[in-house]
Amino acid sequence: MAIFSVYVVNKAGGLIYQYDNYVPRAEAEKTFSYPLDLVLKIHDEKVVVSFGQRDGIRVGHALLSINGVDVNGKFTADGKEIIEYLKDSTNYPVSIRFGRARLSSNEKLMLASMFHSLFAIGSQLSPEVGSSGIEMLETDMFKLHCFQTLTGIKFIVLADARQSGIDALLRKIYKIYSDFALKNPFYSLEMPIRCELFDQNLKGALEIADKAGNFGPVS
Amino acid sequence: MSRQSNRTTDSKKMNAELFTLTYGALVTQLCKDYENDEEVNKQLDKMGYNIGVRLIEDFLARSSVGRCQDFRETADVIAKVAFKMYLGITPSVTNWSPAGDEFSLILESNPLVDFVELPDNHSSLVYSNLLCGVLRGALEMVQMAVDVKFAQDTLRGDNITEIRMKFIKRIEENLPAGDE
Repeated sequence: MAIFSVYVVNKAGGLIYQYDNYVPRAEAEKTFSYPLDLVLKIHDEKVVVSFGQRDGIRVGHALLSINGVDVNGKFTADGKEIIEYLKDSTNYPVSIRFGRARLSSNEKLMLASMFHSLFAIGSQLSPEVGSSGIEMLETDMFKLHCFQTLTGIKFIVLADARQSGIDALLRKIYKIYSDFALKNPFYSLEMPIRCELFDQNLKGALEIADKAGNFGPVS
Repeated sequence: MSRQSNRTTDSKKMNAELFTLTYGALVTQLCKDYENDEEVNKQLDKMGYNIGVRLIEDFLARSSVGRCQDFRETADVIAKVAFKMYLGITPSVTNWSPAGDEFSLILESNPLVDFVELPDNHSSLVYSNLLCGVLRGALEMVQMAVDVKFAQDTLRGDNITEIRMKFIKRIEENLPAGDE
């Protein structure tokens, strides 16, 4: 999937819609016996591997589930502290799944607001008058494209660096928003978008853009 | 009159008379509910405002016009692009005030009032007041505060239908970044 996610930010900087289109590929599930040879630590309310990389489990990966049951931050699903649980040899052998931690919805909200503030830096730094805000942010793993409408709504798309045609996709998403979100009389402006038709049409547009736009080697 | 089905370009056309009938039913029901022409005018304006704040995004998404740099450009875009796109008519822009902040839109025909006659007991009803609300709401979303009203109305005995638009100020709160 070359288009990773779509974010829609309202005028005030609040995230009103978010869609993730990728499955983190780096996940590893292994059965361990006592004692655990990975060094774990708590980071940001999650249990992550700090040392002891092996077998596809990398430093920075978070503990996602124990014995098939998803964990809840630093507690297991039944509320026991994970670090304590794993120090107890009677709980072994245990099957643990590690992987890249997904962003929680709170984190996404914060990041969207942060981007909203940063967006203005683009126009403030500009040597010429009348510059737009940040339109693209590039890293080695992905490119973030942003389109701000004249009314202040931002459409943000995270895509593979080789993906082309994102400008057209952003305009398409704007049209889909003006159709299926705004023309729904029960949708209030600036509020989170919870419209099924919007979801469906957005997914359709992403699929089309995926098929049409990738000119790099297929990964 | 055209209606979006599922995709981008215009497809099916809707019967314009159904639109006129729908609007007419709306106004007559409001008259029955409120029994006071001034109140009905206010409600029509409010409804128009709610339509306008949504319609502007549709307009911007479909027409890809950029930000207007002055009120004259705004007037041109409204008359030549917006009215054409939504009502199929092209009003003319005239009667500019000396300060360039007021102008008139002269409509030769108004799809809302086909077949309509105002009875005597509703002489102060501004039948097409919805349009004023739409224009006000739409411009407010692009940071322009305007005052819109009907200066002349064929339904009330004048020769032409004239909408007078006055620029009040630019709305400086919540400007999108990059527009200061």
